[in-house]
Amino acid sequence: MNPGDTLPELTVEVSPTFIVSTAIATRDFQDVHHDRDRAVQRGSKDIFLNILATTGLVQRYVTGWAGERAVVRRIAIRLGVPCYAYETLTFSGTVTEVADSACVIEVTGRNSLGDHVTGTVVIEVQS
Amino acid sequence: MNITEAAARIAEAGDGSPRRGRDPVNLPMIRNWLEALGDTNPRYEAGSLAPPAMVQVWTMHGLHPASTAGDPLSAMSVVLDEAGFTSVVATNSEQAYHRELRLGEQVEVRSRQRDAAGPKRTALGEGWFVTTESTWYVGTEAVATMLFRILKYRPPGPPEPLPSPPAAPPAAPPVDVLRPVVSRDTAFFWDGTAAGELRIQRCGECGALRHPPGPACPECGALKPEYVVAAGTGEVYSYVVHHHPPVPGRALPFVVALVELTEGVRMVGEILGAREFGVGEVSIGAPVRVEFVRVDGELTLPAWRLADPEGER
Repeated sequence: MNPGDTLPELTVEVSPTFIVSTAIATRDFQDVHHDRDRAVQRGSKDIFLNILATTGLVQRYVTGWAGERAVVRRIAIRLGVPCYAYETLTFSGTVTEVADSACVIEVTGRNSLGDHVTGTVVIEVQS
Repeated sequence: MNITEAAARIAEAGDGSPRRGRDPVNLPMIRNWLEALGDTNPRYEAGSLAPPAMVQVWTMHGLHPASTAGDPLSAMSVVLDEAGFTSVVATNSEQAYHRELRLGEQVEVRSRQRDAAGPKRTALGEGWFVTTESTWYVGTEAVATMLFRILKYRPPGPPEPLPSPPAAPPAAPPVDVLRPVVSRDTAFFWDGTAAGELRIQRCGECGALRHPPGPACPECGALKPEYVVAAGTGEVYSYVVHHHPPVPGRALPFVVALVELTEGVRMVGEILGAREFGVGEVSIGAPVRVEFVRVDGELTLPAWRLADPEGER
């Protein structure tokens, strides 16, 4: 791992089933994550991904690349556009810092509306 | 009590009561989580460890919360719900994991409110940003921390016909434009625009001009505001081209300029006609002339149009 390394892209098809199952698996029962009528009444186009699921996807993306010896130390994310049902989420990432066993990766998850998530992940790779 | 006071009280209360996870860290919940997210990392099951990004899951309130008393974010949500900011989206999450959690460990979380900022105009509607800081413990050992920010907003458009609680809040008037708050200090200015006059506040003591209006003269401190009527000419001191987010009552892009009036004070206003002539025509130093845009019986906005430098008038 060296600064400037890029991670291979990951695409995730965000179906209604994906949104609902990740919402329930993260114990987030806000109606906007499983009930389209309510989501529309609240001004959204459709149900959308919850932030705990987005955090989980960022972790999946980085550890999928770094391997099972990577220990995640920090995930800081900022949400931009919502990720509605039927979007495709494409993750890209770049290594920005490497010090001893620690590694900092900048991650972006993009959909048809723009950047859904931008964030920084810090991992430590056990030898 | 207003929202700011309620927020201050909640922040001053510091840490809320600790909330215990419903279940200890356990494999079925971990497997459901990995399966839903499509995460095939073998590390967790092989090592009897929980995925770090799952930390918040252990202490979620769940579908039918037993009690949210003593939880700062819940308390703040009640305040904002009552004020009509009934919808919520999360905007930021910064989690730090001191160590990985092991199967069988019982976590609890303590949260405190860091900040509540608002009301702010957002693409979703008017709302408040609420930031909380949480720490998860196993026994007395802190195992993870999080800064979490949500936006509680008032959904735009017609009142929500939500079929069950919370009761629909009183509907906000339809938003057509962003309206200024008219106070005793600024009423003369808005009376002026309605009458087709651009008025500048002048100190009744020392004669200094000032804008925006306020009760005291920044030069001499006197509390004797008067006003003069401006010529309605000036030049662009600075400007921005607004592309995003959409603004009620405006077609994108539009230009907002800081105009230096011939009299010397500066004033913010839209440059009209920028879409037809191209926003690139606007430049610093360009001469402009005031126009008055009547929105309705209550509001007339001053705006600006590029003047022909040769001067037709």
